Amino acid sequence: MTLMTKFLGASAATALMAGAAFAEPALIYDLGGKFDKSFNEAAFNGAQRWVEETGGTYREIEMQSEAQREQALRRFADAGANPIITMGFGMADPLSSVAPDFPDTKFVVVDVTWLEGLDNVRQIGFAEHEGSYLVGMLAALASKTGTVSFIGGMDIPLIRHFGCGFAQGAKAANPDVKIIANMTGTTPDAWNDPVKGSELTKAQISQGSDVVFAAAGGTGVGVLQTAADSGILSIGVDSNQNHLHPGKVLTSMLKRVDNAVYDALKAGENVETGVFTFGLAEDGVGYALDENNASLITAEMKATVDAARDSIISGDTKVVSYYENDSCPAIDF
Amino acid sequence: MEVMPKWAEVILVPLISLLLAAILSALVILAIGEDPIAAVKMMVTGALGSTYGWGYTLYYATNFMFTGLAVSVAFHARMFNIGGEGQAALGGLGVALACLYIPWPHWSLALVGAAVAGGLFGAAWAAIPAWLQARRGSHIVITTIMFNFIAASLLNYVLVNLLRPKGSQDPASARFVDTVNLPTLHDMLAPIGINFSKSGPANVSLLIAIAACVFVWFLIWRTRLGYEIRSFGNSESAARYAGIRPFKIIMVSMMISGALAGMMAINNVMGEAERLVMNSVEGAGFIGIAVALMGRSHPFGVFIAAILFGFLYQGGAELALWTSIPRELIVVIQALVILFTGALDNMVRMPLERIFLSLRNRKEG
Repeated sequence: MTLMTKFLGASAATALMAGAAFAEPALIYDLGGKFDKSFNEAAFNGAQRWVEETGGTYREIEMQSEAQREQALRRFADAGANPIITMGFGMADPLSSVAPDFPDTKFVVVDVTWLEGLDNVRQIGFAEHEGSYLVGMLAALASKTGTVSFIGGMDIPLIRHFGCGFAQGAKAANPDVKIIANMTGTTPDAWNDPVKGSELTKAQISQGSDVVFAAAGGTGVGVLQTAADSGILSIGVDSNQNHLHPGKVLTSMLKRVDNAVYDALKAGENVETGVFTFGLAEDGVGYALDENNASLITAEMKATVDAARDSIISGDTKVVSYYENDSCPAIDF
Repeated sequence: MEVMPKWAEVILVPLISLLLAAILSALVILAIGEDPIAAVKMMVTGALGSTYGWGYTLYYATNFMFTGLAVSVAFHARMFNIGGEGQAALGGLGVALACLYIPWPHWSLALVGAAVAGGLFGAAWAAIPAWLQARRGSHIVITTIMFNFIAASLLNYVLVNLLRPKGSQDPASARFVDTVNLPTLHDMLAPIGINFSKSGPANVSLLIAIAACVFVWFLIWRTRLGYEIRSFGNSESAARYAGIRPFKIIMVSMMISGALAGMMAINNVMGEAERLVMNSVEGAGFIGIAVALMGRSHPFGVFIAAILFGFLYQGGAELALWTSIPRELIVVIQALVILFTGALDNMVRMPLERIFLSLRNRKEG
C-alpha cells in the first residue's frame, strides 16, 4: 500500500476540510484490547483521568485485525481527529505510511522510538529494563531460596527486554542467584492465558523459585494468584498490582503509560512531537511501594534499591538493553 | 430422491439461517442499549456503500476464498482440515522468503513466484498430518490443529531470531521492495475509468482467488482425480474396491488443500502488509471452515460465503470505529452467523423439508 503515498495531496486536502468540523482526539488500542489489565488498560485509565478532569470526549477503537491498523489511522485522520494516540510497536509501520499524508494531524505512538523523518509524530518509549532492574534486585533480596523467576507473555523482543533488566538486577543484588525464565507462548493468546501462567508458576516453584515476576498482560493474573496460593512472592507489571493480593505481591514494575496518554490528551493538538524516552529519571518507570507491600520491603532493601536507582540515573550503573545487540548478558532466552 | 428443489437447498436455507442470525443479533444489540437498525445501516454503508468499503470487504473475502476452498477440497475426501491457519502462516513464510530474497524484475513474475512458494510451503505443512493419517491412522483433526501451534511457534522463532531487521523491536520481517508491490483494485480500475478508492487493500490476488474457485470446480467435478476424491469421500470401501488408493487420495487432497491455504498469503502478506508480521493469518484459516460449511463445499458457494464474511468483517470494523458497541459484541454477531449457517443448519433444513414434503404430497394427492 505504499502506492497510496502518491496520492498524498488529495487525502491531505480532505483531512483539512473535515478537520475544521471535528477535532476530538482519538485513541487506538492495540490488539490486546482495552481491558487487558495492563498496557492498553493503562492507556484507557489515562484517558479517563483526562475525561474526568476536563469533561472532554474522545473516540476510540479496539482493533481486531492487522489490516485495521492503517484503516483506523486513516479513517480517524480523515474525520479530523487530532491528536491520534496509538498503542504498541505494531503501529510503527502503518504510521510511517499514514503520518506523511496528514501533515496537520498530530500522532502519538507509545512503545515506538525508531521512526525517522516524521515531524508530526510524538514517539514515546519507556526504559522498561531500568524498572525491571530494580524489581529484579528486590526479588533477589527477598528470595530465601536464592532462586527467582520470570514469566513473559508472548516471546517477542519487548518482553525479553523486560526479562533482561530483571535478570541483571537480580544478579547485581546477589551474584549467585539462579534465574529461571519462561515465556507463556508464541501466539497473541499468550497475553491472556492465566491458566498457563498458573502452570508455569507451579513449575518454577518446583524448581525452587520463591519470587516470580510476571510481564505477561492478563496471563499475569494467574501467576500472581498461584504465587499467593502457594505462599511465594510475586511481582506485578505495568500498573500497580500490589492490591491484588495484599502482603503477597512483593512490588510492581510500573510503566506509566497512563501518564503518557494523559499528557498527550491534555496537550491536545499542540502536543510536542519528537522522540521521548521515559526512564527512572522521568518517573516513567519505577517500582510500586504502598501500604499493601510495606511489610515486605525492609528499610535495608529499600535503601539498596534506591541507591541503585540513583546510580542508574546518574549514569554510574549501566543497565544493558536487550535491544542493543539482541542479546542479554545475564540470561539466555 | 431429492426432498427439496435445488433452489430451496441453495438459496432458501442459508437465507433463512442468516435472517435468524440477524434477528438474534438485533436483540443482542438492543439489549446493550444501541439501535440495531442504525447498526445494520452502518454495517451496510460501511462495507458496501463505497468503493472504500468494498476495498476492505473484498480484501477479507479474498482471504476467506482461499481458506474456504482449502477446507472444501479436503472435505470432498472427508478429510476435515482444520489446519488452514497454520498452512496459511507457513504460506506467508514462503511468500515472504520469495519476496525478500529473489530480485524479481516485475510484480507479475513475483506474484507467480510467490504464489508457488506460498503454495509449496502450505502443501508441505499439510503433507505431514496427511502422511500421519494415511500411514499411521493419526486423526487428521487432531494433527492439523496441533500443527497450527507448531506453525505459530516456528514463525515466532523465524521472525524474532532470523528475519527481524537489526534494531527493530517489532517481530516482523523487513518491508518488501517496491517492485513486488501488487496493484490494488484502484490501480487496476483507474485505466478503464472507474475511480476505485485507493485506501482499500483489495488487490490483484482477488482475481487469483476467483481463478482458484474455477480451478477447484474443474478439479472436483471435471477430472478423474476429482472423481476419485469424491468417491473416496463418499465411501472409502467402495473406492478401495474400485481400485482407488486411499494413501494417494489422502495425500493429494490434503496437499492441494494446504497449497490453497498457503496461497492466501499473496493477499495478506504480499498484497496488504508488504512484509511478514507475526499474526498475519488472524483466524482466516478458521473462518474458512465456516465459509466451506456455508458454501456446501461448492466453489460458488464458497465465493458467496466469503463475500458475506468479508462484509461482516468490514462492517464490524466500521461499527467498532463509529459506535460504542464493544468489539466482543461484534465477534458475537459474527459467531451467531457461523452458528446458524454452519452448526445449526438442520434446524432450518428439517422444517423446510417437511414443508416441501407436505406441499408435494398435497399436489400428488
